[in-house]
Amino acid sequence: MNRPIRRVGAVLAVLLLAMIANVTFIQVFQAADYRERPGNQRQLLAQYDRERGPIVAATDAVARSVETGDSLRYQRVYSSGPLYAPVTGFDSLVYGTTGLERTENKILNGSSDLLFVDRTKQLFAGAQIQGGSVVTTINPDAQLAAYQTLGSKVGSVVAIDPATGKILASVQSPSFDPNLLSSHDPSSIRTYYEELTADPKKPLLNRPIVALNPPGSTFKLVVTAAALTSGRFTADSLLPGPKTYRLPLTTTYLNNWNRQACSPSGMVTLRTALAISCNTAFAWLGNELGADALRTQAQLMGFDTRFELPLRAARSTFPTDPDAPQTSLSSIGQFEVRATALQMAMVGAAIGNKGVLMNPYMVQEVRGPDLSILRTTQPSIFNRAMTISNAAIETEMMVNVVNNGTGSNARISGIDVAGKTGTAQTGNARPSIAWFVAFAPANNPKVAVAVSIEQAGAAEISGNGLAAPIARAVIKAVLKLS
Amino acid sequence: MAFTSVPTRQPNRRNTELMLVIGAWVLGVAGTMQIAWATGEGMTPRLWITVVIVGILAGAMHVAVRLKAEYADPLFLPLATLLTILGLVMIYRIDVATALRAARNNAPVPTPDVYAQLTWFTVAVVLFIAVLILVRDHRRLQRFTYTFGLIGLLGLLLPLLPIIGNTVNGATLWIRIFGLSFQPAEASKIFLTIFFAGYLVIKRDSLALVRTKVFGVGLPRPKDVGPLVVAWVISLGVLVFQRDLGTSLLFFGLFVLMLYIATQRRSWIIIGAALFSVGAILAYFAFGHVRLRVDIWWDPWGDANNTGYQLVQSLYGFASGGLFGSGLGQGFPEFVPFANTDFIVAAIGEELGLVGMCALLLFFGILIERGLRTAIAVRDSFGQLLAVGLSIVLALQLFVIVGGVTRLIPLTGLTTPFLSYGGSSLVANWVIIALLIRISDQARRPDVFVPSVDEAFTQVVRRV
Repeated sequence: MNRPIRRVGAVLAVLLLAMIANVTFIQVFQAADYRERPGNQRQLLAQYDRERGPIVAATDAVARSVETGDSLRYQRVYSSGPLYAPVTGFDSLVYGTTGLERTENKILNGSSDLLFVDRTKQLFAGAQIQGGSVVTTINPDAQLAAYQTLGSKVGSVVAIDPATGKILASVQSPSFDPNLLSSHDPSSIRTYYEELTADPKKPLLNRPIVALNPPGSTFKLVVTAAALTSGRFTADSLLPGPKTYRLPLTTTYLNNWNRQACSPSGMVTLRTALAISCNTAFAWLGNELGADALRTQAQLMGFDTRFELPLRAARSTFPTDPDAPQTSLSSIGQFEVRATALQMAMVGAAIGNKGVLMNPYMVQEVRGPDLSILRTTQPSIFNRAMTISNAAIETEMMVNVVNNGTGSNARISGIDVAGKTGTAQTGNARPSIAWFVAFAPANNPKVAVAVSIEQAGAAEISGNGLAAPIARAVIKAVLKLS
Repeated sequence: MAFTSVPTRQPNRRNTELMLVIGAWVLGVAGTMQIAWATGEGMTPRLWITVVIVGILAGAMHVAVRLKAEYADPLFLPLATLLTILGLVMIYRIDVATALRAARNNAPVPTPDVYAQLTWFTVAVVLFIAVLILVRDHRRLQRFTYTFGLIGLLGLLLPLLPIIGNTVNGATLWIRIFGLSFQPAEASKIFLTIFFAGYLVIKRDSLALVRTKVFGVGLPRPKDVGPLVVAWVISLGVLVFQRDLGTSLLFFGLFVLMLYIATQRRSWIIIGAALFSVGAILAYFAFGHVRLRVDIWWDPWGDANNTGYQLVQSLYGFASGGLFGSGLGQGFPEFVPFANTDFIVAAIGEELGLVGMCALLLFFGILIERGLRTAIAVRDSFGQLLAVGLSIVLALQLFVIVGGVTRLIPLTGLTTPFLSYGGSSLVANWVIIALLIRISDQARRPDVFVPSVDEAFTQVVRRV
């Protein structure tokens, strides 16, 4: 009977191999797919079973995990939710993660390769795996000042350290409370989320780095830089600044904001044109320089690049192939020119940092659970946007805007503030956008800031009236002036 | 023919067995401590006592083998001990998980199952030792062929009786006496294996007769097909009346394979396969519960929150384990319903990973291989059939349940030998091990003949 026994043995061996092959198939090849399936609670629980690392601004943990005692062991708590929402994003069991919670997820949940050594140590110690912490570049005073002065106005504020590219503040209004999205009650999370998505003011939009708006007159900073770079113009060059400017090849007329000529003579220096935000002069100047020169200057200052802070910023754009009238309109930041508040802060920073634009970033360093530094972001140069001397000239012109021109509300006694106002039309029916771009102290800036207020009303004055005081407050907060 | 005249001391490998049993116990202690620490429960005095009792029980079995089955294969006891200990460890693990979950939900903490399983293990050890003492020679079992056959059959029918019969989750395979419930089918599988072996030893010659050949395959005489049809009908009966797909498959597969081994006629396999197919198709169309099982197997996600829930959660468990597993005490085995019975393998797959699963399956593989080797080595046909039958019982049961929870085949609900929580299964499987040890002791016992003084000068001839 030995032969049939051996045969049966072979059959049983085949069954054993089939089981091993099948288990291998599930645990190795299908595992990733199964882990991602929506009904699989394990990933979620494993995620909430670990202490997620905090997100820190200066010394404050603006997002941290606290033990709950319910089946999801840890809950995310945001100490000042709406204030930091554009930075932290949220960590929701229904809607996943956004903001730094998303981009730094692997650090925070402890699965990053940087934390390998820590993980191994915790494994052997039998301890719970802990996430690392993410230290942001945010200056809590600047963030708070921006948030408070922005108040209920719809808009955003971005502040950058021009010398390094650190994002010092990134604020929006309306914002949302990430605490209400990170609770452990799916139905209340859904209710709140649906409320937010239904809001026409789009509080979930990361306005400071994603909302693209025409930059209006603040774009004249780019045109001025292009004019100086061309070598054909100085601050004292005389430009035609009539009451109206007929757009080339058309019968359409462009007005100045006050419907007056920029000077009694009709001729105006570049310095004065910038100071009083002379539309007709810049419309003319843009065509003199040509769309290509403007685009090149814009690109040197960060347009057409998608920055990752690591939050992904929207790409600010200059139109690809504008004709002459479109170039004129583009020169005053209209037509298809679109910029984020981040982008306009970078324009200010490039001028203030002696023509050198630094790559903007939001994560200062990453630390392990034991607070050892695992990674530090080194400041890096994006581009030289203009020469040192041209940067100095434009800086002086911008100081003139604040001291003698449209930007009077940004003045701070004892400090030279360089600034530029702007008001942009977003369309016939839609309300205009008030802008202010500034940096200070002008000769050695510690902060460059851009403020963008949507639905501001029609007047050019609104850049100065609505946006400049906010920029001023942020500058004072960074410079620690009361 | 062999001639032996010199008594020699053969190595009996008992020390190897002892070392391996100790190794299995140490692994169990390590696993228990790992769980106790990883879950924050800590090693309670009760746990220490449990661990020590398990060691004593394993030691007692080793001593019994040393005394009563000196030459037995040294792998049976350590492998079965290791599997039982792994089962206890996982049952403890799942106890902790369910207790923690209950505490979080402010629900009453259920009674831990591991201590009940330890009690059953004690019963199993007592029966194991009793079998080794009472069954001095497995051939004596052959005398009770028909008695065992009757007992086995009655065991299958018991749950259908009123009062003591008990239906759990739609399957009528428990009986309840004095508050204790057990599955007589677990005992039946041993009695029926003995019956099959005894019956086939006698009838094999006539069952092997060939009258006609079809496509080169010899067919048995029609009147000899009777017993196979009876087995088929009984299996279908179990399926219909007790709704126990697993047991039904197990008995029929066992009988067909034993029939094939006894007669060496492939035709029996073919006829068996044909009958199985007919039965399977009939069952699929006639019975909702069979159709449901097949449908779930085909598409578990079709109704993932209801009928497919168990299987889907089981697959998630395996997937979450991946290659190395989450580590003991660090997964979520409590998500799978019946985690400590039918789905205990899913818990192992989750926490010990593919590596652990492969090790587990190979342990079973070696155990079954030792059973088949014993069957080849033993000299009498009854012993051969019995050893091979018992090995097949273990193998088929393993395949049916592991294949089921890993979606290789439709899930049919059987306990995993040695691992699953459940007394009847554990005790029955230990009796199987005792019988295999007994047979292997016979097989490996050196052929020693010590001549008496009277016969000292007589040439001794023993037939082997």
